[in-house]
This record gives sequence, structure tokens and C-alpha cells, in this order.
Amino acid sequence: MTEVVVVTLIKTAIILFALLTAFAYLTLFERVVQARLQARLGPNRVGPFGLLQPAADGVKLLFKETSGPATRDRFLYLAAPVLSLAVAFTAFTIVPVSGPTDLVVLGHRISWYVTNTNVGVLFYFALTSLGVYGIFLAGYASNSKYSLLGGLRSSAQMISYEMSLGLSLVPVFIVAGSFRLVDIVNAQRTWWFALPLLPAFIIYMIAGIAETNRAPFDLPEADTELVAGYHTEYGGMKFALFFMAEYINMVIVSSIATVMFLGGWWGPFGILPGPWWFLLKVVAVLFVYVWLRATLPRLRYDRLMQLGWKSLLPLSLAMMMATAVVVVAVQR
Amino acid sequence: MADTFTQTLPEGVEARELGSEWMELNMGPQHPSTHGVLRIKLKLDGEVVRDSDMDIGYLHTGFEKSFEDKTYAQGIPFSDRMDYLAPPINNVGFTMAVEKLLDLEVPPRAQAIRVIMMELARIGSHLIWLGTGSLDLGAVSTFLYCWREREQILDLNEAYSGVRMMTSFTRVGGVAWDLPPGWLEQLQRFVDLFPSRVDDYEALLTNNPIWKQRTVGLGTISAAEAIEWGVTGPVLRGSGVDYDVRKAFPYCGYEQYDFNVPLGRAGDTYARYLCRVQEMRESIKILDQAIRTLPDGPWITDNRKVALPPRDELPQSMEAVIHHFRLVSEGFKPPAGDVYAFVESPRGELGFYMVSDGSNKPYRVKVRPPSFCNLQALSKMIEGRLMADVVAIIGSIDIILGDVDR
Repeated sequence: MTEVVVVTLIKTAIILFALLTAFAYLTLFERVVQARLQARLGPNRVGPFGLLQPAADGVKLLFKETSGPATRDRFLYLAAPVLSLAVAFTAFTIVPVSGPTDLVVLGHRISWYVTNTNVGVLFYFALTSLGVYGIFLAGYASNSKYSLLGGLRSSAQMISYEMSLGLSLVPVFIVAGSFRLVDIVNAQRTWWFALPLLPAFIIYMIAGIAETNRAPFDLPEADTELVAGYHTEYGGMKFALFFMAEYINMVIVSSIATVMFLGGWWGPFGILPGPWWFLLKVVAVLFVYVWLRATLPRLRYDRLMQLGWKSLLPLSLAMMMATAVVVVAVQR
Repeated sequence: MADTFTQTLPEGVEARELGSEWMELNMGPQHPSTHGVLRIKLKLDGEVVRDSDMDIGYLHTGFEKSFEDKTYAQGIPFSDRMDYLAPPINNVGFTMAVEKLLDLEVPPRAQAIRVIMMELARIGSHLIWLGTGSLDLGAVSTFLYCWREREQILDLNEAYSGVRMMTSFTRVGGVAWDLPPGWLEQLQRFVDLFPSRVDDYEALLTNNPIWKQRTVGLGTISAAEAIEWGVTGPVLRGSGVDYDVRKAFPYCGYEQYDFNVPLGRAGDTYARYLCRVQEMRESIKILDQAIRTLPDGPWITDNRKVALPPRDELPQSMEAVIHHFRLVSEGFKPPAGDVYAFVESPRGELGFYMVSDGSNKPYRVKVRPPSFCNLQALSKMIEGRLMADVVAIIGSIDIILGDVDR
């Protein structure tokens, strides 16, 4: 029992550290890739190739004066970013980074995930639904009109896209026959689900981008209309928490995409060890995020809702039915 | 229901209908998408704009009044600063008004140089419109691509006039300098390159479904309404009215160049977008012809009462020294009268109404700024639209607050 607790604590610490590093370098990755796509150089001054830029940004935000609107709801104003970030961190516990064999350290068998719960993916959905509260409460607690509009937009957006997000993963459960992420990855040993379930994968990616409020669905923080949306009134470290939550959510959506559709730790050739394949695939998905942001204009709010409810939702339902019918037919 | 309520109310208390309240949102003057210090008071019903009130004047600098305090030649640098995205066009507009007062001939080479500078400025201004307009809708890369091309225009400005933006390159009776050596080749390189860049922008936007969703059918203004509101420029032409000062009242020899005036039909944001993109291509056509047909000869009038004598004349001619002294110390005195000179700025008809009382300073200068007139139609365009469309529509009118407030 003690061993389990200690191992879990160590793993949690590693995840915290890894996710924070991933966040820091994801910001740099995004800025450099976007700069290259936009005929610019991007950050290259701080440290070799600008590698210390995230540290400089962090220090800057840490030393900023904390201020906020006088009429804010003090408790919720502080609680909102904390909630956003906590939810983002927790979701990563179910992601299996490698497998199928456990890691052996000093005679102890250690699995490549914190928990392999039997409702794995449902746990992830539960957490992303909680993420809405962080953003909505921030909009409400700021007591500012722009923030409120941003908060309302994002709650509507996240709730409607969660439906498609969830339904797009149902075909995967049907084919894999399990909710456990480890089982799902193991089912993809020969065929990545992205190939037979391509429509579901595309729906998941679109819904995932909307879920994380990234361009072209970055309406809650549409900087040119709502100034900065729900975090207009946030500054310094409190803003950084939202920023972290957004980027960590990106990492998580990409990780789930990797686990569900891109074969997790399985590589087409056995050259690289499992964790590297996993990392490579996550980075590839993140690159798509950045690429889209550099290319596409932003959707309008009502069109976004139309896309979610009238296109993605029926499509994912149809995909679910089709998969079920095919699987049953094959089993017969 | 209402009746039952009235009956139970105590005396002296009036019944009031329960209704929803509109949210008043203050957009600007510090807002990233109002293109300067424009303030719009929006009344929102959810996200739908029900009413709007424009508040301008944050950038009022009193240029029109300042003109009265300076000699005619000293007024030219003021004109740059009104529309800071197309200064050469303002320079020419102001100078043309003075030349009209004096009834002065401008040599053909000077005219051609003016046309080149004006068309470059038009492209530069449209680039900024395209860049900021697409940035408003979230297309960040187009913004930076436009900036990259505008940089070349600014380099050309700098190579010619020494200044990147506020060129102040005109003089009454011509232009200040001849083109420097190698400048035309530099311009030719830009002219050869630029059409492919416009293709790039169009590849990113013109058929992009998201871009079309955000622009088609929005901010519509019919031809009749546009004329009623006094709208000019691409906003007017987007509604299908064929009015371009360069064609309708040619100046600076625009009648010699072969170019089209792109017209839209729908009068929406998308039509205005297409008009301006086509205008950039037409400007390139004009530049290409101007390079080939650039006449030789003087670049400023030889009327010594108006233009400074060349420097090499000064040591040899007493008369030249006297002219130089008179022009520098008090300037010239046009005959009393009033004129209206107007040019096609990237935003529309830019007019200078100038009254002379026969002294060396204008008695009154009134500018007809295209942005100010076009902005008036905004309230009508955004009514009943979503808040998100407001930024798209403001972008499509292409206002310059310096031009609005002066």
C-alpha cells in the first residue's frame, strides 16, 4: 500500500513537472512555428535559439503587480484560474504514456500511467466539463462587460462542443470494446484507429480545437472584439494560470487524440521506444493546432454554434451508428 | 395579466411593462479593432446591436485652423499628417488646390512622379486595410504578409524623399526632387513582384469559407443609400456606383493611363474587399505604365514667383537671389478667390476647399475627408448585426481617425 502511494506521488510530481515544462516550451514552439509561417523570426534573443524565452516570460509575469477591478467578486475572481488549471492538470493522470510492458525500476514494476480506471475516458469528459466553470466564473467574477460576454460565449461553446467531442470517441470504444485507455491503445497495435475511423478523428480534432478555445474557434477570447474575453481583467500570475490551463488543455486534447486514434505508443517501426513515439505524435498534433491558427480567420459566434449543433453533432451520431452496425455485422 | 397587476398596485404606483434591458457597451476609444481612437457606444440586445452612437474627435488636431497660420508652402507638411496612411495623396490634394488658386501649369514629369507616388501610397494604404481588416477577423498571417510588402513601399518612399511615411514631396508647381538614380529599377522590381503577392492574399482569403461567412452580406449599403450618405471610394464602388475621381475628373494626367475602376454589386463587406484587392492590381498597372512613359524634363515649374530657383542660379543671378529671399521669407500671394480641388484617396474623394484673401496665407482651408463621410454610414450598416460583425464592418469602411478628426 505504501509503495502504491509513494509511486503515485512520484508520478504525480513528474506529471506536474512535465506538463509545466511542456506548457513553457509549447508557448515557444507555437511562437517560433507561427513566426516561420508568417515570414518572421520569432523569439531568438533569450538564451541559445531563444530557449530561455519561456523562463523570461514566467519571471515577468511573476513580478507583475496584481490588480483587478474594484467591483470584482474577490473569492471567485481568485478561484476561477485555480480551478481551470487544476482541472487541466488532473486530466493527464489517465493518459498512458507508454506500454505495454511496465517500467522496472529497482525491482519495482511501475506502470506508465497514474491510473487506469475502468471509466477512463468518462473521467476525462467529467474534467473537461468542469473546465467550463473556470472560464465562466472568471467572466462573472470580473464584473466587466467584455469579460461577461467572453464567459457566456465560452460556456455555450464548450458545452456544445463537448457533445460532439464525446460522441466522436464512441466509435473508438465500440471498436476497442473498452473504456480503459490502455486497452484502447493495445487494440491499435496493427491499425491506428485514425485510418478506419477517419471521420470520427476529424470530428474529434475539430471539437477538440473548439473545446480548448483555440483559433479558429477562439471566440471566448476574440481579442479584436472582446479585447481579451474572459481574462480581460486578469493580469500577472493570475493571467498566467489561465494561459497555462489553455496550453495544458491543448497538450491533453492532443494526448487523447494520440491515445484514441494515433496508436499511442505504437510506432510503425520499432526504432524508437514507446514514450518517444507518444511525444512525437503529440507534437505533430500540436503542430496542426499552430498551423491552423496561422492560416484561418476566426468563425463568428452564431456560425460556430451552427457548426457544432447542426453539422458536427449529427455527423458524430451517424458515425457512431455506422460503426456499431459494422461491428455487429462483422461479429455475426 | 397586466390588468390584474394594475388592480393590486397601491395608489400612486404606475404599472410598468416587464421587459429586457439593452446592455450598453462602450467600444473604444482604446479598443484593438476601432482602427484608432474611435469610440462607439453600442446598445446590445444579447450580442445584437440595436443602436449605436459614434463619438469622434479624440484625434482632433486642428489642422484646418493651422493652415491659416502658415504660408501656402508651409501647409504641405500638415497635409501629410491628416491621413497618415496615404500622405502623398494628401500632399498632392493640398498642392493642387494652391495650384488651382494660382492657375499654375505643372510640368508633365512632375505629374508623372506624383502619379507614381500616389499609386504607391494607394497600394500601401490598401495593404494596411487588408492586414488590419483580416487581423480583426483573426487571420493573423495575412496581416504580417501585408506588412512585409508595405515595407518595400516605405523603402521606396525613403529612397525618394528621405522619409518613410510623411513624404511631403510636393511643392507648389511640381515636386521637390527628381527621382534618384536607380529608383525606377527598384520600383520596377516591386511592380514585378507584387501581383504574385496579391495572389497569395487572395489564396488565403477570397474563397476561404470562413472569410466569406464573416463578410458576405454584412454591412450592406445600397447604391442609393451610399449616395445619400455622401459615401465615396471603395465603399461607394462596392455598392456598384461607378465614381472614381481619377476617371470622373482626371487630374495629374490620369487620363493617359489605361486602368479599370473595379466595381462591386452587393455593397457588402465582401464586395468592398474584392474592390480594394482589384484596385491594388489596377494601381500596379498604372505604375507599370508610368515607369514606361515617364517623360523627361523639369520636375518643377520655372515660374520663379512660386518655385525656388535652382541652387546653381543663386551665385550668378541677382534676380534669383531676390526671388529666393521673397519666397523663403514671406512666400507667394495667390489672387483672392476660392477653389475646390479633389483627388481620389484610398478611402474616397479627398477635397480641399481653399479661400484666398490675396495674402501669403490661406484665409480658410476646409478639408472634405473621405473617412469622416464614410464613417457616418456605419451606424446604419451595423444596426441589427452581431457585435462580432461590427469589427468586420468598421474594417471594411477603412477609416483613418486622423482623417476623420483632423
